[in-house]
Amino acid sequence: MQLNINGQTHEVDADADTPLLWVLRDNLGMTGTKFGCGLAQCGACSVLVDGQVTRSCVTTVDMLEGTEITTIEAIEQDDVGARVVEKWVEHQVPQCGYCQSGQVMAATALLKEVAQPTEEDVRAAMINLCRCGTYNYIKAAIDDLSGRKGEPL
Amino acid sequence: MDMIKGLIPGVDPQDFTHGAPVNLSRRSVLRGALGIGAGAMVLGFGLPSGTARAQAAATMAPGSNVPAFLEIRPDSTVRLLSPFVEGGQGIFTGMAQIIGEELDADPSSFIVENAPAGADYLVIGGQMRITGGSMSVRMSYPLMRKLGASARAMLITAAADQLQVPASELTTEPGVVIHAGSNRRIAYGDLATAAFDLPVPDPETVALRDPATFRWIRQPVKRLDVYDKSTGRAEYSIDVTVDGMLHGAVQHAPRLGLMVETIRNRDQVAALPGVHAVEILDGAVAVVAQRWWTAKRAVEALEVDWVEGTDLPKGWRALPADFSSDAFAQELAAATGPETEAEAHGDAPGVLDAAQTVISATYHSQYLHHAQLEPPSTLARFNPDGTLDLWLPNQAPEQYQAAVAGLTGLEPAQINIHSPILGGFFGRHFLYPAASAYPQAIELARRTGRPVKVIWTREQEFLRDPMRPMAAVRFRGTLDDNGMPLAIEAVSATEGPTEAVYGHGDSVDETAVEGLSKKAYAIPNLRIAQVYVENPVMLAYWRSVGNSMNDFFYESFLDELANAGGQDPLALRKHLLRDTPRLTKLLEAVVDLSGGWKRGPFTAEDGSMRARGIGMASPFGSEAAAIAEVSIENGQVRVHDIWEVLDPGAIVNPMLVRQQIRGAAALGLSQVLMEEARWDKGEPVARNYDMYSILPPDQMPEIHVGILESGAPIGGVGEPPLPAVPPAVANAVAALTGKPVRRMPLSRLRFDS
Ligand code: FES
Ligand code: FES
Repeated sequence: MQLNINGQTHEVDADADTPLLWVLRDNLGMTGTKFGCGLAQCGACSVLVDGQVTRSCVTTVDMLEGTEITTIEAIEQDDVGARVVEKWVEHQVPQCGYCQSGQVMAATALLKEVAQPTEEDVRAAMINLCRCGTYNYIKAAIDDLSGRKGEPL
Repeated sequence: MDMIKGLIPGVDPQDFTHGAPVNLSRRSVLRGALGIGAGAMVLGFGLPSGTARAQAAATMAPGSNVPAFLEIRPDSTVRLLSPFVEGGQGIFTGMAQIIGEELDADPSSFIVENAPAGADYLVIGGQMRITGGSMSVRMSYPLMRKLGASARAMLITAAADQLQVPASELTTEPGVVIHAGSNRRIAYGDLATAAFDLPVPDPETVALRDPATFRWIRQPVKRLDVYDKSTGRAEYSIDVTVDGMLHGAVQHAPRLGLMVETIRNRDQVAALPGVHAVEILDGAVAVVAQRWWTAKRAVEALEVDWVEGTDLPKGWRALPADFSSDAFAQELAAATGPETEAEAHGDAPGVLDAAQTVISATYHSQYLHHAQLEPPSTLARFNPDGTLDLWLPNQAPEQYQAAVAGLTGLEPAQINIHSPILGGFFGRHFLYPAASAYPQAIELARRTGRPVKVIWTREQEFLRDPMRPMAAVRFRGTLDDNGMPLAIEAVSATEGPTEAVYGHGDSVDETAVEGLSKKAYAIPNLRIAQVYVENPVMLAYWRSVGNSMNDFFYESFLDELANAGGQDPLALRKHLLRDTPRLTKLLEAVVDLSGGWKRGPFTAEDGSMRARGIGMASPFGSEAAAIAEVSIENGQVRVHDIWEVLDPGAIVNPMLVRQQIRGAAALGLSQVLMEEARWDKGEPVARNYDMYSILPPDQMPEIHVGILESGAPIGGVGEPPLPAVPPAVANAVAALTGKPVRRMPLSRLRFDS
């Protein structure tokens, strides 16, 4: 089957019910998207499908033909994504970093949908787990991106 | 050595080393760390490395062999092989600051990777190396400064030779040696080849910078890894691939101790497309396939009959089929075995037996998962020259190397341990029996003749993740005429992680009682003891170890005594710490940070009823105090704010310290609010994050942070902020509800809104 990932068409040889996560990681060698739970619980595997944040561990590839998939590898090619990365660095968000691909994807999806999300929007959209407890930093970075710059943490 | 023993109590540092000399030349050490083919890029070194230098490497004190740690590239980029693994705590950045300060190289010019296993890297007391116990900076700080200074001295010597001037006329600026007299400058990158061929000076003779002139130590230097970690470029064990690799997935026996009797459909599964092999392992079945998803689907399709194993691998505990963690908690509460005293002064039992009023209570903690977000994996590759490469998450490369040597019969020097950065650890990646994928990956690579990477699903991980121990603590306390504590006795029925992993001895396991013992409060009569109860499940270290639960017990009971004596909990603590200026100051600092003490209950601006609680802890050579503000929402506790001040004596990077305080506070909060690994009928009830809750973003309060540098000997940072948080929350809830909180997690309890 053919998948459009980061603006490129990839010929993929995988069973129809293979989750996108494993096609990305194993078939295509794109390991920036992470496996955390495999059960749509943690968000480490988040990618964008037609701009919508999607958990790739439970999204099978047969549902994705004809869609545009964006992964963390191409995030800086997107203007909003590049700004998110810049603020992630500025606010020193990551600790172990394992959840952060997913966090950056979720933040990018939110900001592409609403340029200036309210705190309530942020709470509703930023639901990925982080075991290192970087939540205050994630919030600070997004507040900054939303024009609510607070004290640096 | 005793100091080290004290840090991981009961553990002889020798246990962490394989004892055998590591017979690798420095070049092969570096090559191993770089991966094959990268050797040509090691430009800082004279090639080939002579035998003389390799021998020197074997005889030099750990932590002093400059070329084993540092490489300076032609562009003056500094590549550092860190003795400590990066797992989120920012140690790569901290090491670059410490070494860069003395080397005179900007930390931002560093590229840091984890060092391979090897004698040069046993930097903790020259005996061992682990990344844990919040030890990295405090145990290696002087050594790493000297390492940087030695490297700088070598660069100056090489420059003196090149410029034909006395070394005493040379100075440095970041990345450059300068001869002011002739106005000549040579970049480090142009000197490194010659410099690192020179003998390494005696570390005791090199001059160190005056701390007053530090440019990077104590500054909020930016982390070196955040860009890669924000763009998916950072590589973890689970991401590593090598040519010709196959993927392995496993199905563990539902209980540890069960072995495979038969696989009923082995042939059918083996015939599935993409499946390379179906294998039986110790307590598990495995499928090796072209793709991991194929392997995972196939291994889950296997129909396995399990039987009780008879000859279990060393250290495995066979779990009883009827094991229930709730029943075990009751058993702990009732346990009456011999009591081993951890601390005693005055006559607590006598005073308590004679007292008219005794306050007594039994407290409980729960089993916990590490729940680090990166599931365990191991990639194993046997090489044609008989060596074995392993890529796996680990906090102790030499320990794993020794274990693999024992498993395979290879010499330690034939085993290359690669330690990619960790997707969280929290104590998960020490060497525990049955808890790592490496025996499986090695065995599957051996049987298939191909490199194999085994990845555990979250479900397989939660079946084998060793637990933070649980405890039941029986307290008795009595008050003097002023309502102040006169006697406290705490008897903890528990098993410490150290005795669980390394064997139960005669003396008390410090990691079982720390946080009950060694509290700074002036209690006239005190007795802390342990009743050892062996756990049916496998146990492990968990961030802040014994303190993670013991400070909750002690600090919560202290509030019970305060209430009984009609004392304010802050005033009571101040009174009990009146002779301890460092902690008095710490208490004042956290109260100031919170805008002044108000216990409540009080009505907040949003109309909710709230209260505050306080907790303190003295873990890993540091001191911490926290205040939490809570309300009850829909029958559950909501934490609105946490204020925490940490005094680690002295710091290297305030930004990293603040990150660690917030991260550790979040984990402490997660524990007290919602985490519990329950077992029923011999199996874990939760096998993924759906049933095992960890703190989600919408329950994260703002953590307000303060740092005190009292000038005391440098203490830990990664773990110490955790233990004060659970009691601060519990005490706030008790203040709000009027009822003591005697067990974690709070999600077990219902509250009236
Ligand atoms: S791995 Fe997909 S949500 Fe956790
Ligand atoms: S940074 Fe470690 S899990 Fe989020």
